[in-house]
Amino acid sequence: MSTKFKNPIVNWIEYRLPIFSFLNDSLGSGYPTPKNLNYWWNFGSLLGFVLVVMIVTGITLAMHYTPHVDHAFNSVERIMRDVNYGWLIRYVHMNGASMFFLVVYIHIFRGLYYGSYKAPRELLWMIGVFILLAMMATAFMGYVLPWGQMSFWGATVITNLFSAIPLVGDSIVTLLWGGFSVDNATLNRFFSLHYLMPFIIVGLVIIHLWALHEHKSNNPLGVDIKSEQDMIPFHPYFTIKDLFGISMFLIFFMYFVFFAPNFFGEPDNYIPADPLSTPAHIVPEWYFLPYYAILRAFTKDFFLYWPVAWLITAKLAGVIAMFSSILLLLFLPWLDGSPVRSNRFRPISMMFFWIFVVDCLVLGYIGGKPAEGAFIVIGQVATAYYFAHFLVIIPIISRTEKVMQLPSSISKPVLQPAE
Amino acid sequence: MDEISNPDNLIDEDEKSRRDFLYVSTAVVGTVGGAFAAWPLIDQMNPAADTLALSTTEVNLEPIEEGQSITVVWRGKPVFVRHRGPKEIRNAKQDDNVELIDPETDASRVQKDKWLVLVGVCTHLGCIPLGQKPSEAKGEYGGWFCPCHGSHYDTSGRIRKGPAPTNLEIPDYAFINDTTIKIG
Repeated sequence: MSTKFKNPIVNWIEYRLPIFSFLNDSLGSGYPTPKNLNYWWNFGSLLGFVLVVMIVTGITLAMHYTPHVDHAFNSVERIMRDVNYGWLIRYVHMNGASMFFLVVYIHIFRGLYYGSYKAPRELLWMIGVFILLAMMATAFMGYVLPWGQMSFWGATVITNLFSAIPLVGDSIVTLLWGGFSVDNATLNRFFSLHYLMPFIIVGLVIIHLWALHEHKSNNPLGVDIKSEQDMIPFHPYFTIKDLFGISMFLIFFMYFVFFAPNFFGEPDNYIPADPLSTPAHIVPEWYFLPYYAILRAFTKDFFLYWPVAWLITAKLAGVIAMFSSILLLLFLPWLDGSPVRSNRFRPISMMFFWIFVVDCLVLGYIGGKPAEGAFIVIGQVATAYYFAHFLVIIPIISRTEKVMQLPSSISKPVLQPAE
Repeated sequence: MDEISNPDNLIDEDEKSRRDFLYVSTAVVGTVGGAFAAWPLIDQMNPAADTLALSTTEVNLEPIEEGQSITVVWRGKPVFVRHRGPKEIRNAKQDDNVELIDPETDASRVQKDKWLVLVGVCTHLGCIPLGQKPSEAKGEYGGWFCPCHGSHYDTSGRIRKGPAPTNLEIPDYAFINDTTIKIG
């Protein structure tokens, strides 16, 4: 019988179910980690933390929420006014969604900057893209549940996107709605699926971590781990660093929960849903604005639409472009042909990385503005650049750029600072 | 009769293909069975019988004066019923011949010239166009105007300007008598 641990009960369990060594090898002292990770590597564990917060607050909210068109809005107001600490739980859940996306976007841009998507971590990256898609579906359906005006009209506009599909579009929309408009059947199924999706995300996260642990974390230098010297154990070094990151993050998060709980929200969503009156200006939550800008960029006079104008409507082109903007990330490991991961050693790529960051921010800004005048043109230029970045700039730059001299190992620049 | 005269054939070739056949047919039957089992789980999402049962609405036209519109709910969607005046009818018919985004004649969109019945849902992304109340914007063509993405509809409910791809939908309806219609 195994005698790995001092405690005989632990040993008894370990012999039958090796869970202690599994945990130790996953996030304990048995998991080696590159020793040069910087704070941008905190956001993964932060995401795990936010996911748990969302599931715990979500389950407790579901104990008081009523998924019916006549009662949903009032049950949320009851949570806010009458349920003990209901206001706190709901504000944590509501702002938690914004935090989740803020953190995941930083996590993704970290991966883009340091080339974490490159071999042998392609699948790790692709699973991450699927996690993002699952998060988006979850957030969209969750936003519908309070049954305010933005909930209702957001659901109407987004489900109507599927009507752009030729031939079967209308049947698909009816299937999604369970009726002939967004109604009680729609609310019910969104509640059911909103409860399900986080657990699918948990499953994807486990696979994400599995793939991560196979080849370990990438690092700011982007060079492979060469020896034991390049690593330190996850526990206690990164457990404590991640806990510190979570503490800092909580200060930021709780500022919004307690002092500006509706900062990320839309006032219109405190008006009960009215199927006969559309709000003057429909906007999605901030984390969907860049995609919304891409969707709306496709009009008859957008030059990217011209080549396909004979085949599909502008509306369908916009829908395809919006989904492609995320699905393109799946191909990034092959679009980028550079042998070097980290942008620290790829000066031209680094410049285009920052231009891309600005482009995404511009798209987000345009997505929140009405589609008129200069906003249309700026949105179309930013959309064209978004696709050019992935389909033209990255493939060419990564294959032609002259990269800087890489350090021979992770330890080298740590022990002997370069220059 | 070759297999019988040659036992090796029977064991090697024939046995192998028989097994392959069993594998393939098991997979096929399993897949088809799985699809049959999945269908109720998918079809439950389609409109239920009580939702379908609500799919007709009767409207009394008597109280609607010339130039007035009312909005009734049919299948959870607004339906615009407009009592058109002579000028609106004339404008709609005149524009039959201009270049339209979704060409349709006014005559094909009404049963009686005076009564225009439309599903009041913008064909772009499902917003409710303005123009039902006298105080609301009616757009550049005097019909309806969708504030979400700026689609203009004329007095026949045809799309004239903006991102919407098709004219406002005409629901199935019938005149039960001179002053009552049944939608659906």
